[in-house]
This record gives sequence, C-alpha cells and structure tokens, in this order.
Amino acid sequence: MGSLLRSRLFWGSLAGLALAAAFPLVGGPYTIGVLIPAFYFAVFAMSWDLLFGFAGEVNFGPTFLIGLGAYGAGIVDARYGLGVPLSVAFGTALAVAGGVALALPALRLSGPYFGLVTLVAVLLLQQMVTVFADVSGGEIGLSLPDVLSIDDATNYYFALGFMALSGAALFALSRSPAGLILQACGQDPVEAQALGFNVAKHKLAAFVVSAFFSGLAGALLVFYYGTASPGTFIDIAVGVQIIIAAVLGGRRTIVGAVLGAVFLVVAGEVLRPLGQMSTFAVSAVALAVILLAPAGFLGTLLFRRGAA
Amino acid sequence: MTLKLVDPRRAAPVAVPPMLEVEGLTKRFGGLVAVKEMRLAIRPGEIVGLIGPNGSGKSTVMKLVMGILRPNAGRVSVDGVDVAGWPSHRVARHGVGLVFQHSRPLHRQTVGENIVLALLPDSLLRLVADPQVERRARAIAERVGLGAVFDRRPATLPFADLRRLELAKAIARDPKVVLVDEPFAGLTAGEVKDFSALIASFRTENKAVLLVDHNVKGVAALVDRAVAMYLGAFVAEGSAAQVMADPTVRAVYLGGAVQASARREPKARTAGPPLLAVEGVSVFYGKAQALDAVDLQVREGEFVSVVGLNGAGKTTLFNAISGLVPHTGSITFGGAPLAGLSAARIARGGIVQCPETRELFNTMSVRENLDLGGAHLPKSDRARQLDWLLELFPILRSRSAQAAGKMSGGEQQMLAIARALMMKPRLLVLDEPTLGLAPVILEQLGRALEVLRTTTPITVLLGEQNVTFALPHADRVYVLEHARLVWEGPPARFAEEAGRAYL
Repeated sequence: MGSLLRSRLFWGSLAGLALAAAFPLVGGPYTIGVLIPAFYFAVFAMSWDLLFGFAGEVNFGPTFLIGLGAYGAGIVDARYGLGVPLSVAFGTALAVAGGVALALPALRLSGPYFGLVTLVAVLLLQQMVTVFADVSGGEIGLSLPDVLSIDDATNYYFALGFMALSGAALFALSRSPAGLILQACGQDPVEAQALGFNVAKHKLAAFVVSAFFSGLAGALLVFYYGTASPGTFIDIAVGVQIIIAAVLGGRRTIVGAVLGAVFLVVAGEVLRPLGQMSTFAVSAVALAVILLAPAGFLGTLLFRRGAA
Repeated sequence: MTLKLVDPRRAAPVAVPPMLEVEGLTKRFGGLVAVKEMRLAIRPGEIVGLIGPNGSGKSTVMKLVMGILRPNAGRVSVDGVDVAGWPSHRVARHGVGLVFQHSRPLHRQTVGENIVLALLPDSLLRLVADPQVERRARAIAERVGLGAVFDRRPATLPFADLRRLELAKAIARDPKVVLVDEPFAGLTAGEVKDFSALIASFRTENKAVLLVDHNVKGVAALVDRAVAMYLGAFVAEGSAAQVMADPTVRAVYLGGAVQASARREPKARTAGPPLLAVEGVSVFYGKAQALDAVDLQVREGEFVSVVGLNGAGKTTLFNAISGLVPHTGSITFGGAPLAGLSAARIARGGIVQCPETRELFNTMSVRENLDLGGAHLPKSDRARQLDWLLELFPILRSRSAQAAGKMSGGEQQMLAIARALMMKPRLLVLDEPTLGLAPVILEQLGRALEVLRTTTPITVLLGEQNVTFALPHADRVYVLEHARLVWEGPPARFAEEAGRAYL
C-alpha cells in the first residue's frame, strides 16, 4: 500500500478523476453528452488492454463481447421487461459465456489464428442481429422501454464512477501476483510453462475478466442510449476504435486506455465541423502517435527509460 | 529444505535409484529424426553433462524432458513417475526446472519481482502476495549474487546478471531435477567460476543436474559424468576424461586424423584487392560481445574456411557480412562498402548466404524453393541454372514435387545450397552445412563442393565446426575462438599449429 501512495500514476489518476468530477460545473450539456459514452468506451479499451498488454493476445473482436452484453441486456428488457439491473446482469453473463465459448477453442490456436477467430466471431454476431431482426431490431435498431436515467448529471457521474471502479479493479488485477503470471504467460509462454504455470488457464481467465467488463459496460451503455444498433455496438469499425484507443493510451498500462478513449471520442467531436475530414484527422494523429511513440501516451510518460 | 552433507566428489551409491531416467526417447520432425532411442540417467546429487556437436539433438532431449516438445516414443521418469508427454507446466510442478540460455525477463518489473514470479503458485485467485515470498526472493537473490540489484530493472543489468536471474528463477521452484542449457555461454572466465560454484551447490541439495553443452571441455571440471550424443543417439558415457578419449567421440568432433588432403594448386588470385574485406568488425547482442574486431579477406575464386566451435561467432560474422546484424568496423565487397545496404540489396549484389538453419520454405515444394531462389534471373538463365543444379544434386530432381519440410536433413541441406546457388552468387557463404548430418551425406556434400570449386568461378566462404569437412576444400583457413580470430593459414599447417587448440 505504501508504494501505491508514492506512485505518480495513482495521484495522477486521482487528479484526473477529480477534474472529471468537477467538469459538469463548467461544461455544458452537449460536452457532457460527449463524455458519457467516452467513459464506457474507456472501459472497453481497458478490458482490451488486459488481453493485449498482459495476456499477449490480440483480440480483434472486442465488439463481440460488447455486443453480446449490449444486445443480451437490450433484448431481455425489450421482450420480457426484466428491468435495468436484471437485464444488465443477464447481458454481462451472456458476454462471459460467449467469451468462454469463443476462447476455449481459440486459445488452442497459436499466432495470428486467435485474432482471426475473434474477428470472425464479430462478423457472425453482426449477421445474427440482421437475420433475427424480429428479436434484435436488425439494422434499424432495438428500442428499450427503460433507460438508466433521464438526468444527464446522474448519467455522467454513474458512467464516471463505473469507469473509475472498473479501472481500479483491472489495474489492481494487472499489478497483482496473478497479473504478474499473466504477463509472463503473454511474454514468454514457454518459460512461463517451465516455471509451472498453466498458460492456457491464465489466458482463459484473462479473457473471462475482459469479457465481464466489456459485457457490463456494453449493457450499461445500451441503457444510457435507450437503443441498440449494430453500428454502435458490434461493427468492426467500433472494435478498431477501441484497439486504437488502447494502443494510443499505452499498452500494458490499463489506465492509459482511458486517455486514449477520451482523446479519440473528444477529438472526433471537436473536429466534427470538418465533416469527413475529421475521421481522417483523428486517424492521422493516432497513426503518428503509434509510429513515433509506440509505448503510447502513458507508456511514454511512465516507462521512458525502460524497454517496453 | 534439508541439507544433506555428502562429499560432493563421491559418486552417489549405486543403490540409490535415479532421479531422472530417460529410456528409448525418440522424436521425429516430419522426415527428420532428431532424437533416436536416447537413454540417460542421473541420481540425486549428481551432475551430468550432456554433450554433442551442434545439431546432435541434445537441446531436443532437454525440451523433451521439460515437456516443451512431446516425444514420439520413450520414457522420461522423474522421481519414479513417467512424465513423458505431460504438458510443460505439470512437468515443472512435478519437480523439473530449466535454466534457459536466452533470458527474457519481464522488463517493466524489477529483478526482485521477476524472482517473485517464479515463487508464485499457479493460482488465478492470488491477488495479494504472501509476505514470505518477498523474503524468500531476497534470499535467493543474495544466493546467486543479485542482492545489490534487487530493485533494478533487468534492462539495466550486465549480461552475466541476466543469466544469474534465470538461475534464480530455477532455484525458486526448488526443483528435484535441474536442466541447464549451455551454462557458460557468453560468460567471462571469472563469471564461469561463479556459475560453476552455484551449480555445484545443487549437489549438496541432492538435486539431479543435467548440463547441456557443445563440448566436454567446457563442463569437464564440474560434472561427475558425461554422456555424449551424435545424430540424435547415444554415443558414449563415462567420466569426462573417458568420454574425451572415446574413439567415436573423437571421430565426431575431429573426424579421426585431421588431414589436409593433397590438392590442386590454389587457382585464386593472390594479387589485387580482395573480393571481400572485413576490417575490425565487432558485434554486440545487447551486452554480450559476439564478435571482437575481426579482420578477414577473401579473394576472387578462393575457398576460405572459418572453423570454430559452436558459439565462437561464425554465424554472427556471416550475418554481419550479409547485413543481418548491426556491426561496427567496415566490410567491403568488390571494393565498395556494404555499410547502409539492406540485406536484400547485399544478396542481390552477389553475397548469398546459405544459413545454418537452412530457412527453407517448408510447405513449398523443392521446385518452388528453387524457383524462388532464381526469381531475379532472366528466364533462360533460370532454366540453365536449374538444370545445372539438378545435375549437381540429382536427388533434388527426383524429389522436385515434395514439400521441403518433409525431406531428410541431408536433402534439406542440399536444397538450401542449391537455392542459394540459384541466385548466381559471386560469393557463397555456407554456414555449417554439415550440421546434424550423417557421414554418408557429408561425403555427397563434399563431392558437390569439390565440383563447385573446380568447375565454377564462385568464391566460397565456409563456416564449420567439423574440421575434417572444412579443411580438404579450403585454400585458406581462419580459426575463430570466443569472438576473435586466433589463427590464419593454409590447411596444411592447421593440424600442427592450431589443431591441438581446437580439440
């Protein structure tokens, strides 16, 4: 605990949270509306960093897990009127179950095949939403009878609190003994096995944790919007944004993913007047950061001297 | 852990059952038999050296014991339990530890945290470390001499300390059987002494220790017994002196009497600038120096052999010439400096390397591999070159539709050489073509090289640890030892001046 109180990262994160908490005092409803999804987006990116940065697996399908959470929660609420808490629990459980069903066979594959399987899973889920349009709302989208809150301030603090708690949990996990083992499994699986660690078990566990937070955030986000559509929750493009956010913020830092996610969402909004050019500008900045500082925002700040 | 005080030099009584016993161990990779009915046994408190030239299969044996590879047949019994075919993490938990040669520590963690890692149980739920663990990690760090750098990150440590870290991780698991891969590679004489003492301390803890190394000399002072292997099979066993004197072992390392066969006058030009000039070239891998200020010249049409034991720096030298590793010093080819050219440019410029690892495209057919080698040639040239090569290596003609990865080691080596020759090199760099090959294949290869030398203008730079193979063809010989060139001269003077040092 002593080391936590001396850590720059801890105090920096606390200062960042305080700033974010004070923001509604100065920011208008429009900016607040931009930041709320950004906070959920940050949880997606942090969950993804647990897999990429620590387990060493590139999951091209973060939106498979998010989509299961969002649509799982949305469908049971729209069809059976389960209400927010139960629907969110169902969506999260579905994401974890789907994650295990995907990871169990996929983790047996080595190299780029794991990533390809996760990519195919996203396409499959997207097809399912289209095919079973009478249940899922298809391309048009699914409207929910319930929302988290109609008050933006409540939504804002709920999203911020959820992000802070998820971040704290994922960060603590990454710095725990189990996280150390996971990192060793990702970096040198042969040596990790020779030290007696069941690499497949640890990677599967990481996948489950990642699926839990992705699914939970997806389910909550669906109740913030009040609607679900493949374009916001499942599309490959959304997954790519999450990956860019995590890499931009700093691989293997967890917290950095928040910076990346907020940067991507806010920059996209700020540059919106540019029209089509805004996507181009944001992508160009992301590309420049990845090429010039592959350790990302936070990685560059924290680990400037050591090798990444 | 109880320390039993036994005289370290006394062999354990025969009645004690072996801690590690390997029998009939066999491993095949496609058509390649890497390990063939290998046997070996180590009692508790005993240190055994497993030696064999590069490619003999000793590393494969180590990986089979550790469970990194699955054997095709055979028994690996550890403390009375057959662990053959178990996954690596179960073998490790059953009491086998491996000290890796190339350390890959976690770079964002400190030395201490890296040792703590090895002390952790295989648990998903361990979210807070046992306070005992930190204390044990510190004790282990003190024991291997890392106490002073406990809180530093691995990237800031010298090479020898990284090796100590690997040893520390193995000690942390308190294994019953310790496998050490090339214990002294890249260490200075002083560090070798420290490491020997650390490894010897396993004896008093009644661990069974297997040291895997290229030659007996390196580990002779430390081992109770040595087991030699060649071509994947058991060759000899006994004290270090007995194994060194064994006729088969001598034949394997020296090929019997070292001879410089009577041969034609060198046709190489001795005047004029050299085709290849290497001046003051040094190479570092991180902190380990692999090449130390090497000077070497090869003239047009010459056949030059560089001999040296494994780890001496031959491959590094060739990779520096081919532009594959960064180096200091200068290398010129045909009078023009190679500095700044990409490996692909250098290869198209006429220096073609046939690497030790062969680097064939395993899933492509023999013919496709050859066509890729000749991809830069005009069509008519390519056909002519291909015809000539299939003449030189007739076996490749009959195998032309077979996948390269499915062929035997000898056939793969011929294909690798043929593919290199498809590029019509001015200088052919051959790195250890004899690696792991049977004597009958060596004869075929030798004849092919003889044809190359007598009928073509190609200049050849050959790297070998097999002196018998390297000498007969050579116009000139260099001896490379511990990253330095220590001798240069005609093959006729080799036996007298450098042969003894070489064994």
